[in-house]
Amino acid sequence: MKMLRFLLVIFLAFNLNVSKADNENLEIKITKNLRCLICQGQSVYDSDSEFANSLKTLVKQKLNDGFEEKEIYEFLKNKYGEWILYDTKFNKNTYFLWLLPLLMFLMGGVILLKLFILRKN
Amino acid sequence: MKVKFFSLFLFLILILILIFLTFFKGLNKSNIYSPDNIIEKKIPSFSGRQFYNNMNITSEEIFNEEKFYLMNIWASWCVPCREEHSFLMKFKKLDGLEIIGLNYKDKNENAKTFLNELKDPYDLIIVDRDGTIAIEWGAYGVPETFLIYDKKIVKKIIGPLNDDLFFEIKDLIK
Repeated sequence: MKMLRFLLVIFLAFNLNVSKADNENLEIKITKNLRCLICQGQSVYDSDSEFANSLKTLVKQKLNDGFEEKEIYEFLKNKYGEWILYDTKFNKNTYFLWLLPLLMFLMGGVILLKLFILRKN
Repeated sequence: MKVKFFSLFLFLILILILIFLTFFKGLNKSNIYSPDNIIEKKIPSFSGRQFYNNMNITSEEIFNEEKFYLMNIWASWCVPCREEHSFLMKFKKLDGLEIIGLNYKDKNENAKTFLNELKDPYDLIIVDRDGTIAIEWGAYGVPETFLIYDKKIVKKIIGPLNDDLFFEIKDLIK
């Protein structure tokens, strides 16, 4: 019986730990995907500015309140615009951004093909 | 050989045009931030502690009348806030405008010294100890000022107030 209780305590301790760590990991993941708007080229996670620190607190609060990752992004997008997200969504403003690498890849393919054909001839 | 050279040349031009267009499109528009996206939006709902009596107050209770509100985010450690303070005092003299202060990440004693020294232009001050209320407002830092009417943000000013802005807002609230 004692053994069982002991095991239960260990089991609980580990499990609670995991859920806490999950929240923390998610917090890091989210703040890494947020642009610190008043810094140059830093994420909120990397920055120690007042703005970034407030955002970190806010993300933590929202997670504790049971917000989903997506809901937090939506909330901040609403406040600060798309620019705050590093991982921008595909829409009419960003299609060029998303399609450019594909376009370049295709162009490279065309060049290679052309070289191949030219050499063959 | 000539054909190859020509196609290479054409390709180079194409690449250059593409690069030009990318930068032209990308650099032309300011990506730092556009305060416009918050204009005409409804004010966020929040609740905060009052500066003088420590009582909680909600945004619905603050902005309940149909008149202009000037919400100013400030801190005693913020140097530009000192600069704009005289304009807030000027706003205080105007009729039909209520000035709300949001004390951003400040120490209570420091904020009190600041107000004693420069006089208090605010009708009401809310304390934002960890900066999360400012984020609800979509603010970037201090100082920042919002003009509110009918629970909507009419104007947002990032940075300190100045003469031009004073007269602009004065005209707006007439």
